[in-house]
Amino acid sequence: MNKINSKIPEGALSEKWTNYKDHQKLVNPANKRRLDIIVVGTGLAGASAAASLGEMGFNVLNFCIQDSPRRAHSIAAQGGINAAKNYPNDGDSVYRLFYDTIKGGDYRAREANVYRLAEVSNSIIDQCVAQGVPFAREYGGLLDNRSFGGAQVSRTFYARGQTGQQLLLGAYSALSRAIHKKQVKLYTRYEMVDLVIIDGRARGIIARNLITGKLERFAAHAVVIGTGGYGNTFFLSTNAMTSNGSAAWQCYKRGAYFANPCMAQIHPTCIPVHGEFQSKLTLMSESLRNDGRIWVPKKIEDAQAIREGKLKPTDIKEEDRDYYLERRYPAFGNLVPRDVASRAAKERCDAGYGVGSTGLAVYLDFAEAINRLGRDVVEARYGNLFQMYEKIVDDNPYETPMMIYPAIHYTMGGIWVDYELMTSIPGLFAIGEANFSDHGANRLGASALMQGLADGYFVLPYTIQNYLADQISVPRFKTDAPEFEKAEKDINDRINRLMNIKGKHSVDHIHKELGHVMWEFVGMGRNAEGLKKAIEKLKEVKKDFWTNLRIPGNKETLNVELEKALRLADFIEIGELMAHDALDREESCGGHFRLEHQTPEGEALRHDDQFSYVSCWEYQGEDKDPVMYKEPLDYEFVVRQQRNYKS
Amino acid sequence: MSWLIKSSIGRKFVQSISGLFLILFLLFHVSMNLVLLFSYETYDFLANDILGANWWAIVGTGVIAAGFVIHIIWGIILTIQNRRARGKERYASASKTQTTWSSQNMLVLGLFLLFFLIAHFMQFWYQMQFKELFMIEGARHDSAELVAEVFSNIWVVIFYVLAFVALWFHLTHGFWSALHSAGLNNGVWMKRIKVLGNVVATVICLGFAIVAIAVHLGYSNLLG
Amino acid sequence: MDKDINIKVKVWRQNGPKDKGHFETYPLQNISQGSSFLEMLDILNEQLINEGKEPVVFDHDCREGICGMCSLYINGHPHGPDQGITTCQLHMRRFDDGDTITVEPWRSAGFPIIKDLMVDRSAFDKIIQAGGYVSVNTGGVPDANAIPIPRDDAEMAMDAAACIGCGACVAACKNGSAMLFVSAKVSQLALLPQGRVERKQRAKAMLGKMDELGFGNCTNTGACEVECPKNISITNIARLNREFLKAKFAD
Repeated sequence: MNKINSKIPEGALSEKWTNYKDHQKLVNPANKRRLDIIVVGTGLAGASAAASLGEMGFNVLNFCIQDSPRRAHSIAAQGGINAAKNYPNDGDSVYRLFYDTIKGGDYRAREANVYRLAEVSNSIIDQCVAQGVPFAREYGGLLDNRSFGGAQVSRTFYARGQTGQQLLLGAYSALSRAIHKKQVKLYTRYEMVDLVIIDGRARGIIARNLITGKLERFAAHAVVIGTGGYGNTFFLSTNAMTSNGSAAWQCYKRGAYFANPCMAQIHPTCIPVHGEFQSKLTLMSESLRNDGRIWVPKKIEDAQAIREGKLKPTDIKEEDRDYYLERRYPAFGNLVPRDVASRAAKERCDAGYGVGSTGLAVYLDFAEAINRLGRDVVEARYGNLFQMYEKIVDDNPYETPMMIYPAIHYTMGGIWVDYELMTSIPGLFAIGEANFSDHGANRLGASALMQGLADGYFVLPYTIQNYLADQISVPRFKTDAPEFEKAEKDINDRINRLMNIKGKHSVDHIHKELGHVMWEFVGMGRNAEGLKKAIEKLKEVKKDFWTNLRIPGNKETLNVELEKALRLADFIEIGELMAHDALDREESCGGHFRLEHQTPEGEALRHDDQFSYVSCWEYQGEDKDPVMYKEPLDYEFVVRQQRNYKS
Repeated sequence: MSWLIKSSIGRKFVQSISGLFLILFLLFHVSMNLVLLFSYETYDFLANDILGANWWAIVGTGVIAAGFVIHIIWGIILTIQNRRARGKERYASASKTQTTWSSQNMLVLGLFLLFFLIAHFMQFWYQMQFKELFMIEGARHDSAELVAEVFSNIWVVIFYVLAFVALWFHLTHGFWSALHSAGLNNGVWMKRIKVLGNVVATVICLGFAIVAIAVHLGYSNLLG
Repeated sequence: MDKDINIKVKVWRQNGPKDKGHFETYPLQNISQGSSFLEMLDILNEQLINEGKEPVVFDHDCREGICGMCSLYINGHPHGPDQGITTCQLHMRRFDDGDTITVEPWRSAGFPIIKDLMVDRSAFDKIIQAGGYVSVNTGGVPDANAIPIPRDDAEMAMDAAACIGCGACVAACKNGSAMLFVSAKVSQLALLPQGRVERKQRAKAMLGKMDELGFGNCTNTGACEVECPKNISITNIARLNREFLKAKFAD
């Protein structure tokens, strides 16, 4: 008997969500007031869920790690948000958006979930416009669309290069209104440090007040996790500095399944690492590849000279340049998908052809585009990105080619949820990037914003009622229950243990060690040998962490190092699970590339017969290997194909 | 109407309207002064028969005085509140933000102008209107002669010219700022209003200064 | 070309809101000019931790200039001496070998200090909560294209909406006024038909909250506009004044 029940409704693909809504249980208004919901996180998913649930009449407690909900990292998304509006009349439909998303995810997502996502996408745009989100418009006053990778239609709505910011501020304004109306109580500078389970159901959290350092208890009838992804396991990523996987990891340790942990997306166009001091990586929009040509020197001695500063890229003659994407993928050239472009860059750099002082960079050259289109056109298209690049690198990309390198960007894996977005713990829900989501093994551009808001505005507010309808007779919880006592004691012990290591390495020092191991062995190209090595090395990192860590100051006050240490302890374990999952999945799909499983041309090779499942990991206790359950992915409506970008 | 005191924009609005009103008064004042250049007789006629101890002149004086008082009191209140809003601890490094000097020093300029105003009143208004109103002996009706007398002293002229320079700085920020505070500005009009403000400030201050200097040098009453 | 420089950083240290606070000067050797200002502070903190001292506390998060979390008053400028960027985008190539860099927290009665360089900007949230939104519930809204919006209005609304709520405007203002922040939100929503319905109520409520929270009166010095990392224009302040006065005269 399979333990996994994804609760997919019966019926035709296009009728599942409607059927679900028609037959689900609802909570009447008088009862909503008596039900408390904790929402952790205030990004697109968290803020939209908290606001919507508050408006509906539930009593919502919303937690935010930063000083304001508006800081959540959803704000940094640049490109846009997809919806199947078909305003440009180019043949788009809910089905097409569904199909592109399933295909983009390399057939490792649930059909029913993705279809629902496509279905509610249109309502998101309506909602955001009603909130006053200033989307780009045509001269006629109607909304403008642009095209994005992985689609044949223009379905991406955008607000300059700040779409994430504007959507988040829309959700933030709705949340602010709910706070004003006392429908939501907001806790800023609080970090969830444990989940509390009573009689098998999620009933509250322990949160640390980051200003006072005190542990505080909060009880509720349901807990919603919207805390984003765990990309910072790699230390360097495009994630924000406080983005972490700890809330998800606490849920895992309390019994929630963690799904597809190995599936992390690597974005090909980031500004390369400068040196040891580097703290984070900056993403440059994928759109640059529309006109930029990617190359490295053909001769290894030229690459060497460039690294030593003896040659400039402009000194390399045309015939001595290797436009390796155009060479390897004649049909798609520089426009191959994110995962393919990333792996190709790593391959060249590993072979010794990398440029920049570190040798970990490739050129993205606009000289040809400037010749063809003129500098003005290039400036109009990419001016803001060029300026951003110049601020960081101090190099003029109109004159010398830009340097780029891949970086960790998004994690498709996350807490396992069923169709109702409920985890394997009753009463615990996960939304947005925190859940294992609708993106399968690879996320398409402009889909993250869509999913976060779909979950928060239009899915969770329905599905959570199906659970809460049974909870109306459960009285409010007191936080002096033994389960709360124990959870608080556990975390307090953990903090004491950390404070008492009194070693010699800072948190960042060890986090960098972790990052190196992850990037080297659990990064873009993985193999069994490397992954096994990673598992060994991660044990060393863990040991180093628990014996050599130094945290100055004390615990009952604002202590940034302690905050980071708590997160790093979890990142190390997340890294281990990622390695286990990557080792287990003996195929290549989307962001997960196993070197042993590639076509003769070096492309990702899926094994649908063996690995068409979601890997759901269950925690078994400290120092015990986790157990994996499989949720089979049965494709009823779509025929799976091998992706091909060569011809 | 308590919002004119209680809300920040209300307070600024009062400051704005009183300031604009005083600018109108200054324009009137400078036009009248310019008469001195041409005819002392006409000036005396205006000063005594039009603006002497007539009821409308008294009411007008009251209104102008109220304008000054409100502008000064509101200015001081705003500054006190603003210093409090800045917080107890000051920045150790001096601000390097590029702003106009006058915008940062409106109160200082205003206080200097207040000092000037008191001196100016003692020299002219007290002698002319005040003494007459309160039946104090020695009220002057030869206004133009009084002006000539006062400006015969080079130090007085220098003091006045300094005050006009301060006034110029005060008005170059004050004019556009007043319109801005009243909500009468936008991206298109910003530059135009600033230019207009500079023109108005220059006309007023140059006018006053020319009369003071010309009277001192004897280039006045040219048609007299 | 970027080189390595030796600098001194004069940092404000303050243990808590009630603590007196003082400057500490720390020498730093071989700082790459290619590193960002916050990475320089990371290096300083690493150095302090290795010496067994408490690191300097400062706010930061996205480190790409959009979340608005980083602050710092650097050598007389909020967000440092570069234009149109936040502190996290400031790079050390703006400084020279031998420089002493003075780093202070935002100073304003509306932003009390929490610790060292970290200040409490929750006042901004409270101002938004007072009315910085369109009162719509989730669901039941018209189609996104039901109301056409002139492109110029949408663009102007977007200009105002670019505000990241960092508080540099307040930090730069000699009056500690939050008018640029408030006016950006009021303008964004007043320019769009969806926001116009509540425009009067919104202008009054948000301004009332701003005054209540101890921010100063705007005197149009324009310092906020100069230091704003997102180049929000003070013409928004004129619009806020207009919106507020109209609302008051309509009462």
